[in-house]
Amino acid sequence: MARLKFLCDADRCIECNACVTACKNENEVPWGINRRRVVTINDGKPGERSISMACMHCTDAPCAAVCPVSCFYGTADGLVLHDKDLCIGCGYCFYACPFGAPQYPRVGNFGGRGKMDKCTYCAGGPQADNSAVEYAQYGANRLAEGKLPLCAEMCSTKALLAGDGEIIAAIYKERVQRRGYGSGAWGWRTAYKEGLAV
Amino acid sequence: MMRRILPLALLLLAAPATAQDRSPGLSGNLPAGAPEVQAPVPEVGDGRGGQPAGQPPATTEQAPPTGAPAPAVAPVAPAAQPARPAPATDALRGEISAEELGLQRALQGGRIEGRITIPDRQAASLIQPEGREWRVFHNRTLAWTGGIAVLGMLGVLALFYLVRGRIRIESGWSGRSLLRFDLLERANHWMVASSFIVLALSGLNLTFGRYLLLPLIGPEAFTALSHYGKLAHNFLAFPFTLGLVVMLLLWVRDNLPNRIDLAWLRAGGGFLGRGHPAAERFNAGQKLVFWITVLGGGLVAASGFVLLFPFAVTDIGGMQWAQRIHGILSVLMIAAMLGHIYIGTLGTEGAYEAMGSGRVDYNYAKEHHSLWVDEELAKARETVAPPGGARVAGAD
Repeated sequence: MARLKFLCDADRCIECNACVTACKNENEVPWGINRRRVVTINDGKPGERSISMACMHCTDAPCAAVCPVSCFYGTADGLVLHDKDLCIGCGYCFYACPFGAPQYPRVGNFGGRGKMDKCTYCAGGPQADNSAVEYAQYGANRLAEGKLPLCAEMCSTKALLAGDGEIIAAIYKERVQRRGYGSGAWGWRTAYKEGLAV
Repeated sequence: MMRRILPLALLLLAAPATAQDRSPGLSGNLPAGAPEVQAPVPEVGDGRGGQPAGQPPATTEQAPPTGAPAPAVAPVAPAAQPARPAPATDALRGEISAEELGLQRALQGGRIEGRITIPDRQAASLIQPEGREWRVFHNRTLAWTGGIAVLGMLGVLALFYLVRGRIRIESGWSGRSLLRFDLLERANHWMVASSFIVLALSGLNLTFGRYLLLPLIGPEAFTALSHYGKLAHNFLAFPFTLGLVVMLLLWVRDNLPNRIDLAWLRAGGGFLGRGHPAAERFNAGQKLVFWITVLGGGLVAASGFVLLFPFAVTDIGGMQWAQRIHGILSVLMIAAMLGHIYIGTLGTEGAYEAMGSGRVDYNYAKEHHSLWVDEELAKARETVAPPGGARVAGAD
């Protein structure tokens, strides 16, 4: 079975934010929620890089470890998904997540959070594949249709890669060898406890 | 935009001096240890500048990198001083280009912040490794501290009850009583107490419910319970905090520590031997409970409000610390309050009435709060027979 991962080639990302837009459109994400975002570090300075970041679907995911109601589950493809019917919106997964992936609609009193929302790798949730209720809660289930997440499919420079970890790592390594440089697989060591040796 | 252009313009004007001043600072930050992002090639800068590894470039001028916009400083600054001998730091800079140094400095495995174009400013934090430490705190430190504190206290209390038994009123019930807490004091106490119990149970549920309750009642029921628990936790924070303030105002005067408390503590508070050390309205143990409630509860409430309004006061790092303080102090307070509940009900005969009806038995008061009883009696005598005042004519 494949181990699905994301890999953002920061030397290719041009900060066009198409991945952000594609995600919001494909999944009809509510206002104020961004499952994916593009962060630019060293903006306007030498060493500027833009990185598209969303849930990395970690190995031994911290969100799942701290969830008080155990609403997370792993899939056979290594994805980390969650059940919104069980989530109570406590915010613990947000404290634990190294990548700031969990998002909360502000529906309750005070700063009360609604049910957590995050990148599903375009794989929906625990409801029946591609049912209306699944779409309303989690957005598209492209994986069930044999497609990859739209953010990576849309990427104009193919900076954002999605797919089996070994395959996208091989693509990235080939790129690095051909062009002679690369700033590495961002967040891989944190998310998968392994780097990417070329 | 202006903020970014202005320094650049200044930099161009003062090019020679600035360029030399900048280089030591950059080379002083050579990457040490494993960076967060693993460089796929050992010398990241080599390929970029087109220079063979280990050799300083012929000029300090760098070839424009392929992937990133050419830094405006590099071509200008060295060109202004071509004849000057390059400082030692420039040799280092030749191996790893300046922009790569800057990038690698950001990738030491620490927090990575950047700029973002969406309105959510918090999303500019790219990687926050502190989340892992918080996870260890929540799953190990807090769970173990809470488990040991709460179960340990229950164990100690059970042991004490078995060994010492209930502390009786030694001279028996007198049948006469005197007012210890008025209606306002009792109402406020029970407001704080009842909200504390719900807060404590719903809080413990967040840490332990997953292991203890979830397997018993199933995920749907457990979510419903935790959801309403969270709502109750959020709302009851307000009466709890208000009660703490009222409690402080009502009782702080009688809870200031003094020398009598030392004697009381030295005598073991009457828990161990026979007989009771003298005490005023509140003995040293009760004063301790008061200050644990007011100070501990105050800190728990303050950290709780930080969590109740996400990002209103602090960022994610601050919220993680607020949760740490909130969690640890809460489990310690729960342990302390278990002791308080035991002593106030089962542990001491005649004690519960103080917060029940508000009136305690005279013998209980005489044994536990001798100085307070003397004070109350003196006050009562004054009302009945004012000193120095002539008797009302015709009396007796």
